[in-house]
Amino acid sequence: MDEFLRILTQSLGEILAPTTAAMAIAAIGLNLHFGYTGLLNMGQAGFMLLGAYGFGITLTLGGPIWLAFLIAVAAGVMFALLLGMPTLQLRGDYLAIVTISAAEIVRWFGRSTLWQEWTGGASGLQGRYFKDPFHALSFLPEGRFALGPFEYINTGSDSWFTRIFAWGLVALLLLFVWLITRSPWGRVLKGIREDEDAVRALGKNVYSYKLQALVIGGAIGALGGVVYAIPTAISPDAMGGRTMTFFVWTILLLGGAATVFGPVLGSMIFFTAYMFMRTGMRTLSEDTALGNFISTTQVEFIGGMLVGITLMCLVIFRPQGILGNKKELAFNVR
Amino acid sequence: MTADRLDLARRTRRAITAVALALLPAMLVAPPATASTDDATCQPDADTACVAGMVLNEDNDQVGGVDLTVTGEGFTADLVTTDERPVAVAVPDVGRYVVAIDASTLPDDQPLPEGAETEIEVVAQTGATARAAFRVGAGVEAPAAPSETAEDGETAGAGTTGGDDGVGAAPEGDASLVDVNWGQVWQQMGSGLRFGLLLALASIGLNLVFGTTGLSNFAHGEQFALGAALGFITVNQMGMPLWLGGIVTIAVCGLSGYAQDAGIWRPLRKRNVPVMQLMIVSIGLSITLQYVIQLLIGGGSERILSSNPRPLTIAGVTLSAASWISMVVALVCVLGIAWFLTRTRIGRATRAVSDNPALASATGIDPDKIIRIVWVMATGFAALAGLMWGASFGSFNWQLGVQLLLLMFAAVTLGGLGTALGAFVGSLLIGQVVELSNLFIPSDLRYASALVILILVLLFRPQGILGRRERIG
Repeated sequence: MDEFLRILTQSLGEILAPTTAAMAIAAIGLNLHFGYTGLLNMGQAGFMLLGAYGFGITLTLGGPIWLAFLIAVAAGVMFALLLGMPTLQLRGDYLAIVTISAAEIVRWFGRSTLWQEWTGGASGLQGRYFKDPFHALSFLPEGRFALGPFEYINTGSDSWFTRIFAWGLVALLLLFVWLITRSPWGRVLKGIREDEDAVRALGKNVYSYKLQALVIGGAIGALGGVVYAIPTAISPDAMGGRTMTFFVWTILLLGGAATVFGPVLGSMIFFTAYMFMRTGMRTLSEDTALGNFISTTQVEFIGGMLVGITLMCLVIFRPQGILGNKKELAFNVR
Repeated sequence: MTADRLDLARRTRRAITAVALALLPAMLVAPPATASTDDATCQPDADTACVAGMVLNEDNDQVGGVDLTVTGEGFTADLVTTDERPVAVAVPDVGRYVVAIDASTLPDDQPLPEGAETEIEVVAQTGATARAAFRVGAGVEAPAAPSETAEDGETAGAGTTGGDDGVGAAPEGDASLVDVNWGQVWQQMGSGLRFGLLLALASIGLNLVFGTTGLSNFAHGEQFALGAALGFITVNQMGMPLWLGGIVTIAVCGLSGYAQDAGIWRPLRKRNVPVMQLMIVSIGLSITLQYVIQLLIGGGSERILSSNPRPLTIAGVTLSAASWISMVVALVCVLGIAWFLTRTRIGRATRAVSDNPALASATGIDPDKIIRIVWVMATGFAALAGLMWGASFGSFNWQLGVQLLLLMFAAVTLGGLGTALGAFVGSLLIGQVVELSNLFIPSDLRYASALVILILVLLFRPQGILGRRERIG
């Protein structure tokens, strides 16, 4: 029973974890792509990794922190322009093909020995290179603080300050997305998603709107990468992999695409359930006879498999997710 | 007037993107001095396999004067690290070697982190240097320590295995810094042909599925990797002869294609689910299959043929005997598919469904039956290609699928999405580009050249070499 409570507490701790906020931010960006505009971006992890590198490398070289954030966003914008310009005039799956490939290549560049002195190669950039300037921003006093069973230090890697910053950014971005999607600009995006030709008939430049959506969502994705990297480290394999992109997709579709709060709700549920399942299975594997069949490393693989199956079942049985409107997601790729 | 403006805008965009892409290789060709990767003590070539070791401190600088021991396959060598480059030794046989560090020879201020491994296992292959990197120093976190913070990041564990045995590294042929001569170009073109033929066998299936169902199947790369993984299990672990293991592998993978169509794709077609949703389902399937492959073979690099590859020189190109056989098998299969598509009833029906499913079904063809056959063919040939890839390219790991998916997409886009012949031509070209680019850029980035091609094709001829305009929308 104690064991169960421990697992439950640990899982509930994920609701406010910085990683949850980071993935929610990435999903907010993807929501702008997929939910509102109907773009199939299969490389959100590439945007995240580039953002994290832009942030981490700027701080490692001694740049100020505002410049680091600016460069992270600029990296996402550049990547979106490079991928969007050749593909957005073609049918939707070309964007998917190019983004999934490009994200993988960003990871290869990150882990390559070529730019090792900046990127740290396969082992990545460790947090101590860039954490201090971020922690210097903290306005919290020294010490620890406990809220119920959740006790963290005030300022540090896994701290209250990181949480406040991450969720503050989530709130800002939600407000931003809410405002722009109910503006005339946002209605054009939804129009493109439903019927490109109709929007074209109104004299709108569909290509330009799509590119704008890709750039803004990509910049948000890059910020998500920064928030993901701050409490841990920048590791090309953990962050840039295809798995990361698919987790973002699962989060978005779970919460509900084309809704403002969908990404946040999806991220909270996803990480709580994912942590509960993995720690639960790991404990079972360590303490019971189940360990004879499933080792603790296999638990990770089974966890990943279940995420894939969840994604498939979501699309097949409930494409609108928890919050979404089924009619809004009946559009087809063009 | 408007048309002119649009055209101008399009040309400007093309020019901007092309310039951006042109800058990329320029950055690649001038690597910084610290990226020098040649290991002077052992130069890998077609007959030589090297094992190298290095010790890195927390600033990624090499630590000299540390004793390392390389053991494995009945061979032992002692090395002392330098602070300039990894020390390497030529090993007599390919296979698994253990590089062990003598922690007592480390400098006092650079201790091995608490709980870190003192041994790293690497897989030596001919033409490559297998590297083991030890990370030392007070500031280095002990990898894989079961702490609470390591829970949600996969960052732990990357520390000690920073060398080639880490996930996803292509073997480092390190041809990048050698002067290019014509013999090498010819040899690389031979390798490129091998690459292209195996890629063609896999990507024809991808293109057939796209042609008949309109689905870009993101799980196709995993089908390829599944072939390699099952080949490893049947041949290497269960000890079947290669031909029997191959048949079992192809049968199991073909069945997986049949089951997929029966269980997932056909019901979804019946419900008229939009293609975009199908693509997301295929992504869910690919992530599921990727973890199934990890469950089957684990996280490390594996080899299907454990024996030393036998080199065979034909027309001045030296490849392993298994590679030559694979090339012949791939070519025969590709020709067989071409014959099937153009000369048999079912093949013609397949092309009819590709062109116009409604018209095809009006003439008495059952599109569902055709699509079922296409799925079985696609997965079966992908498995065969994956198996032969594993047999002729040395070692592979679970990331094979995503690497190949990227190249297959580049190949079918270059050749023309939805046309079988286009996939063949595109694959051969991509094979040449990847292997020849190996002469100029570091080999762990050689697949990146495929993406440059992909983007250039989409800019200037989005329908590909053999594709038709109407398909690109």
